[in-house]
Amino acid sequence: MKKITIAVAGNPNVGKSTLFNAFTGARQHVGNWPGKTIEKKEGELRHEGHNIKIVDLPGTYSLTAYSIEEIVARNYIVDEHPDAVIHIVDSTNLERNLYLTLQLIELGANVVLALNMTDLAEKQKIEIDEKKISHFLNIPVVKIQARKKQGIDKLIKVTIEEAGKKRHKKPQMRYGKELRPHIIELGDIAKKLNLSEGYNPRWIVLKLLECDDQVRSLVEKIDGGKELIEEVRKTRVHLVHIFGEDVDTVLANARYGFIAGLMKESVNKKAEGQLTISDKIDRFVTNRYLGIPFFLFVMWLMFTITFEVAAPFMDLIDWSFGWMSGIAVGWVASVNGPEWLASLIADGIMGGVGSVLIFVPNIFLLFMVIAILEDSGYMARAAFIMDRLMHKIGLHGKSFIPMILGFGCNVPAIMATRTLENKKDRLLTILINPLMSCSARLPVYVLFVGAFFAEYQGLVIFSLYLLGITLAILMGLIFKKSLFPGLSSPFVMELPPYRMPTLTGILVHMWERGSLFIKKAGTMIFVIVLFIWFLANLPMGVEYASQESLIGQMGSLIAPIFEPCGFGSWQASSSLLFGFAAKEVVVGTLGTVYGVGEEALVDSLRNTFTPLSAYAFMVFTLLYVPCMAVISVIKKETNSWKWPIFTVVYTTLLAWVVSFIVYQGGLLLGFT
Amino acid sequence: MEKRLSELLEGEKGRITASKGSGPVHKRLLEMGLVRGAIVEIEKVAPLGDPIEIKVKNYNLSLRKSEAENILVDVIE
Repeated sequence: MKKITIAVAGNPNVGKSTLFNAFTGARQHVGNWPGKTIEKKEGELRHEGHNIKIVDLPGTYSLTAYSIEEIVARNYIVDEHPDAVIHIVDSTNLERNLYLTLQLIELGANVVLALNMTDLAEKQKIEIDEKKISHFLNIPVVKIQARKKQGIDKLIKVTIEEAGKKRHKKPQMRYGKELRPHIIELGDIAKKLNLSEGYNPRWIVLKLLECDDQVRSLVEKIDGGKELIEEVRKTRVHLVHIFGEDVDTVLANARYGFIAGLMKESVNKKAEGQLTISDKIDRFVTNRYLGIPFFLFVMWLMFTITFEVAAPFMDLIDWSFGWMSGIAVGWVASVNGPEWLASLIADGIMGGVGSVLIFVPNIFLLFMVIAILEDSGYMARAAFIMDRLMHKIGLHGKSFIPMILGFGCNVPAIMATRTLENKKDRLLTILINPLMSCSARLPVYVLFVGAFFAEYQGLVIFSLYLLGITLAILMGLIFKKSLFPGLSSPFVMELPPYRMPTLTGILVHMWERGSLFIKKAGTMIFVIVLFIWFLANLPMGVEYASQESLIGQMGSLIAPIFEPCGFGSWQASSSLLFGFAAKEVVVGTLGTVYGVGEEALVDSLRNTFTPLSAYAFMVFTLLYVPCMAVISVIKKETNSWKWPIFTVVYTTLLAWVVSFIVYQGGLLLGFT
Repeated sequence: MEKRLSELLEGEKGRITASKGSGPVHKRLLEMGLVRGAIVEIEKVAPLGDPIEIKVKNYNLSLRKSEAENILVDVIE
């Protein structure tokens, strides 16, 4: 039996992921779109003997070339021609959602419209006649409730039927007396061109009329394409003359006019103008006076949950690694194994990996909170509240979300900058993102704060996060003035209705992001810890992790640089060197270079650091070179070596200068 | 009375008469439903004074005042 491919399209926040999960369950895999850095989700589904591949398209409002997401979505439909496209829409917000439906139909795809959240629509007394909509648009329409998995079977059945039909055969929306003859005339010219199979000539004409650069450069390359472009130009001039408006406006008016007609015939709103629950919540949440305090409260809550709730789990992990290590060492002794093997297992493997994995609870909880904020709809409000401020430093309210994600891990955070449409906006957000203190830096803080600031743990850690934020703002201002003068990008963003997040949704999000960290911890950090163990044991015959070992020699060599910052010991320098690989490795390395276990490490630190130098060391760890993974993701996202190298240089200089100021300033003020 | 969308106060309603400007932002505003004839209501001004939140076509959209300047409305309430 032939395999059927179905793409799922839709606006953001309409339940697209929920539908995708309902279709595929656990049979999905996440990758990237070829050549792009946008996440691509695919899954498998079997239905009555049909083998179906489901592809989740990026969430978009339209199919112009406005953002990378839109280009990815439309190129997939044009180039890969899926057998059918399910367009999932929010029934309470039909009018705007249908704008995308029209575009999908114009693209020539076999579209099935899935009306989601019909229960919410009923609550708002919105009556929808799906048969009439189906008649208007000439496509099948199915009512579903993705969360309750209602209507899913019917949707699949209808979609499979639709998948068997020929593409580009559906009658299309008419553009009115004035526009229609022009579109037909130009369409006839386009039909004669040697367009590849996926392209609908009428769609090409419409996009050319809208001055779509991507389509234009595609048509230019074809024989006779230049003539078509010239004809379109003449028509544009003619239309502007007749309508007195630009063609974009004319076409958008026509489409929304068509939708308005459809709405009038098939949707009955009984309770217009009623305050929705979302509006009521927003009266409080984005209130002029309460909005900012509430925002700060949410941030505080996020930190409390991440750290307080994680504590018992961390103890458990700590205990089990100690236990396993004890068993392993005991076993080596019982078979008279060499001492180095016991050391490799206890110091190298268990000690290293254990000291990293212990922070997994923190990281998962943080990603859980972020997922709740995103799924509930609060993230968009946070952007709304913060935009004025972010705009002042040349950023966008949306930059706020990647910045917050930076507290979890800068790698997904930098990936999240893809939601920013403007290239320079994105670049600026990427450059300052490493200053947001990621969770991998937390192990270092926890260790030092536990050793030196036991009474003020929360406060000291909070001050470091605040320092990172302040410097991010400062550097943002400097970069904006020097690197991107005149930068300003729009803030046109939907504030989606508040929704109760689902457990599955949160767990999936948390797992996807958290497992990234485990993968890193499990493979790269494991290798690095072993590498360190060897460096600590070479050249042959030296005492483990002594100053004569390779690691000690390297540390000693660079140590004088950090003398004025208060941490000129070779142990500190060695651990910083390895922190380049990943910041959490700093803790592992400290354990190794002092050659002691977790508890004794605290004593060793107290002998070599003072509270002031410990704070300066934490400041340095916060600011200097983001880890290797971040550097590689910056390289990938900016597609050049220039920006990752720039990031390494500026962050290291900044780290040295600030920790120097902290230490010397602290000394002057009489701290020790 | 014709006003710019950015000049409307909280709670005021208007019918869009024209959307000026050009380029991607103009196009995006059109796509989001800010077309001629659409009814918009100012829901809220952000705590720091900008951006604003409006209700259009039964959903909530936020945009900066500088972007709302290019949209002309007839005040209806």
